Amino acid sequence: MSPLLSLDNLTAKRGDCPVVDSVSLTIGQGECVGLIGPNGAGKTTLMRAALGLMPSTGRSSLTALTSAKRAHAAAWLPQAREIAWPVTVENVVALGRTPHLPRGAKLSAADQAAVSEALAQMDLDSFRSRLANQLSGGEQARVLIARALAQQTPLLMVDEPIAGLDPAHQISTMQAFQALTEQGKSTLVSLHDLGLAARHCTRILLMSKGCLVADGTPQEVLTPKLMHDVFGISVHFEHTSEGPVFQPLGLT
Amino acid sequence: MTRLMAFLAALTAALFLASLAIGPAAATLSQSLTALIWGDGTPLTLIMREIRLPRALLAVAIGASLGLAGAAMQGYLRNPLAEPGLIGVSSSAALGAVLSLQTGFAATFAMALPLSALSAALVGVLLVLTLAGSRGASMTLILAGIAISAMAGALTSLALNLSPNPYAAHEVVFWMMGSLADRSMLHVTLAVPIMALGWLMLASLGRGLDALTLGEDAAASMGINLKRLRLMLVLGTSCVVGAATAVAGAIGFVGLVVPHMLRPFVGGRPSRLLWASAVGGAAMVLAADIAVRLILPERDLKLGVVMALIGAPLFLHLIYKTRKELA
Repeated sequence: MSPLLSLDNLTAKRGDCPVVDSVSLTIGQGECVGLIGPNGAGKTTLMRAALGLMPSTGRSSLTALTSAKRAHAAAWLPQAREIAWPVTVENVVALGRTPHLPRGAKLSAADQAAVSEALAQMDLDSFRSRLANQLSGGEQARVLIARALAQQTPLLMVDEPIAGLDPAHQISTMQAFQALTEQGKSTLVSLHDLGLAARHCTRILLMSKGCLVADGTPQEVLTPKLMHDVFGISVHFEHTSEGPVFQPLGLT
Repeated sequence: MTRLMAFLAALTAALFLASLAIGPAAATLSQSLTALIWGDGTPLTLIMREIRLPRALLAVAIGASLGLAGAAMQGYLRNPLAEPGLIGVSSSAALGAVLSLQTGFAATFAMALPLSALSAALVGVLLVLTLAGSRGASMTLILAGIAISAMAGALTSLALNLSPNPYAAHEVVFWMMGSLADRSMLHVTLAVPIMALGWLMLASLGRGLDALTLGEDAAASMGINLKRLRLMLVLGTSCVVGAATAVAGAIGFVGLVVPHMLRPFVGGRPSRLLWASAVGGAAMVLAADIAVRLILPERDLKLGVVMALIGAPLFLHLIYKTRKELA
């Protein structure tokens, strides 16, 4: 089983300061990987460097590909929610099919199906013909997630997708990522909601000051000691009949 | 979309015919067209073939160029206030033309002025590309363009300032207002091939510009080569704007107002806006060039002036509308 992403001593610098410091990791098929860490830990930089969107040293399996092949291997949802023009929701989501379309071609039936599926997954059916840049922030976020889903790549990399979503859509978004694992696809999702990460991720990467300090199942990573060392918080983590429940309690 | 294109194409065709029919020589449209096509050996044939036809052709080509380049520039920068002059090519071309007028080089042979303007535009675009660096980002391109525009503008003012005689200065000022009067077929054959090259480059950008709706990072991750896109945008814009400025002087507002007006009719999609703006720009410049001849026929009203007089209020109206939408 070939990995969908493998990083080997990936280092990205801003000036002389390493923002991502020799990170090595592998993401295989069917994983929902949560990327957590304090602000400025290097989560976004790690993902952008892995995608070749900024200069880095070390090796990333994605930067080795041509940009056209990379667009078939991994989809990327940046944190900045940018929709520049008054375009309909359906057309925004259809942009996700760009790598699959030959130059100048119209959307095929398969492309239309991918767009419809992504719209349904993000609960956007009734928004199809609305102008995307006039929606609320959380609705725009869902439109952009749907765009990334419509790209239908084996690996989906999303930067804080659930920030600003209401609780129901936070859960349904994480469930959409979980559903991808059943098709053998994987998601790398950065997030700050550790409770959702504990419940929905199969694996968690913990970053601190540019380094990957822990990599394992939620039980292995969301320990009181690591949470104290990295975030400076005390936590409650319990396995209940309703699944894992994780709650930050206070500052330490 | 198809209805919009059909409307714009019909409008442009009608304005093209009107442009051919209007002039100081009194003749009906059918007389004019007969003289143009069959060449009955009368003075009217000469007028049609040597004066009105090149004028109308240049109006179409320049309007299409400015509209297309404006739509591409706005799409690339994701900013409705962007316009083709932003990358400094039109100012550079103007500087080249002004220098050739001041030094008397313009009078040495027929195409001396446009060729000087084109050379200066080429120098300008090479400087912009060098300054903007290689990593495809849009911010450095804007800054480089502003720097080159300012420099070319300053040198143009300096040339005027040090002008040896008031007549030369007068000539320069009038040239800078932009006009299509008294252009020949030679101008058409010089400018149109360069513009056509630019049209090809700009027309290839649609897919990339659509993807850029979601930002540079998202576009790059969807397989868009941003470096190539920016290079094509700069070269294409330089070809069309450089050639347009070289034969007609500075004509503003087309590249700013036309894409802005047509955007709602193409569902905001930058790829479709390219085509619509090209045809819309042709119609607008044709209309303005007809207005120049109708309003004050005996006073040699300049196209650039009329364009700004039409464009500025249109732009104010657009700002007013946008303000209401944002409120």
